[in-house]
Amino acid sequence: MIRVRDLRKHYKVHERPPGLGAALRSVFRRRYKTLAAIDGLDFDIAPGERVGFLGPNGAGKTTTLKVLAGLLHPTSGEVSVDGHEPRRREDAFLKKIMLVLGQKQQLLWDLPPSETFELNRAVYDVPRAEYDARLAELTELLQIGDLVRKPTRTLSLGERMKCELTAALIHGPKLLFLDEPTIGLDVSMQVVVRDFVKSYNERSGATLILTSHYMEDVEKLCPRVIVIDKGKLVYDGALDALATRIRPDKRIILRFSRPVDVADLAPLATVLRHDPGETVLRVLKDEVSAVVARALAQFPVDDLTVENAPLEEVMSELFARGRPDPERGPPP
Amino acid sequence: MSLRSTTRALPTLLRVGFADAVAYRAEMIVWVLATTMPLVMLGLWTAVARDAPVGRYGEPQFQAYFLATFIVRQLTGSWAFWEMNFELRNGTLSMRLLRPVHPLLAYAAEGVAAMPMRVAVSIPVAVIALALVGPTGVNAKPLLWVVWAFSIVGAWLLTLMVNLLIGCAAFFFESSLKLMDLWLVFYFVLSGYLIPIDIFPTRLRSFVDWLPFRYQIGFPVELMTGSHAMPDALVLLARQAAWIAIFLGATRWAWRRGVARFSAFGG
Repeated sequence: MIRVRDLRKHYKVHERPPGLGAALRSVFRRRYKTLAAIDGLDFDIAPGERVGFLGPNGAGKTTTLKVLAGLLHPTSGEVSVDGHEPRRREDAFLKKIMLVLGQKQQLLWDLPPSETFELNRAVYDVPRAEYDARLAELTELLQIGDLVRKPTRTLSLGERMKCELTAALIHGPKLLFLDEPTIGLDVSMQVVVRDFVKSYNERSGATLILTSHYMEDVEKLCPRVIVIDKGKLVYDGALDALATRIRPDKRIILRFSRPVDVADLAPLATVLRHDPGETVLRVLKDEVSAVVARALAQFPVDDLTVENAPLEEVMSELFARGRPDPERGPPP
Repeated sequence: MSLRSTTRALPTLLRVGFADAVAYRAEMIVWVLATTMPLVMLGLWTAVARDAPVGRYGEPQFQAYFLATFIVRQLTGSWAFWEMNFELRNGTLSMRLLRPVHPLLAYAAEGVAAMPMRVAVSIPVAVIALALVGPTGVNAKPLLWVVWAFSIVGAWLLTLMVNLLIGCAAFFFESSLKLMDLWLVFYFVLSGYLIPIDIFPTRLRSFVDWLPFRYQIGFPVELMTGSHAMPDALVLLARQAAWIAIFLGATRWAWRRGVARFSAFGG
């Protein structure tokens, strides 16, 4: 579906120090610096995959999405999306894709979302019966019933995002680029959007590429992640494998039926958190079975779960280590 | 982005564009009030002509001229440059570029979509104009009305192209709103919007004939008020067509270069 080889995108940016003098000097003489937003990316994405793009701010995630969607022209390298060169923005290509930018909208601000849906039906040339069926399905899945008749400007952020997703999917894109789709949404709305996106991928077989600062989005949606830092590939592979490689330790989460002293837990493993309701231990992967057995034998355990280190911690550690040589993990 | 897919989507583009144009009732009233400059000029010039005519213009001629100017301004107005500047600055142009409809055609369709409302504003003014000046102040030759119909479409196209070209300048300067201000200075003075071109000194008038401004508004107004015989009207129509072709070419060139720049630097 997507093939990217040695992709580079360099920007020339105007640079000036602060101050009035520098501002005046920049009127007559400007200094420019070349920035490598993407610096030699290689990856392939198969049809139907759900892939998360991860990286710190300015890593090149959104730039990569925009190149794949044809909005940005690469400085060099090869990009092929379902047999199309995105920069050409041919009709056939545009009808296969959709880019949802969490901080930009396609809904007509002063009109109800139903008008944008209708507009998209016309510009994407969706047959009326297909449009009606898809709209009915999306309306039910996203529960946007009455919202579509209110002017967009009167909708809440969460309501708008649900309508944005509907507008984006009216033409049934085979490839969906989601850039921070849950940004600014409350937790329950994040869950709604996440569940919907997953179900769309499973039902339609559409390929999904996601960037998000909410690690939970990535954890719930993307079996595979591509990690970028300063425009370079840092990791490409299964999310689990990344977590295991960067943080091989596990978390044992315990809930007790009566209070337990933290000092009694200390010999068992490193106690990361000890609250009245929940205790979190950190243990090496090889020691999990033994620690679990001892915990069950020695303490009044009501509930016990074993998890990987949180993705936030994994990512922080990955980026804190600097930029290792790109090591590709196995394909998911 | 093909013309075929745009044509197919045109009825919906126009319908949604019309809904958007009438979304704000208060804004509509403000907009109508904002385009009443010809009526102000009507008051000024008729006061001037009360003592003695200015050129061939007495009070009734000024009344006919500026009421026609109001109508032509309504029918040829465009705000595409403002839309383009806004969308470039806030990045929503990206959403337009992702649709399989050429953005320039979409801007044009949005302009056409507002036309019914503009016609609705113009009709009462046309009726008042006829009642005030009588049929003698209005062109009486049917064939010249045919030329007028072409000239009004041409004036709208030319104004749209000017808007789109200046809008494209925003790709290079980040904002081209001031560039439009500069254009409007010349437009107000040299188009016949504030001063009929006939009143200009002969040398200045022959110079103005070769500039695009007159073909945006003065030319259709002059046809409405019966200022031209057919041969003159056809020459002026040909000049208008030439300016449209020039601006169309310039706009296409600027759009391609602009989008390439946008795609190079990011949106």
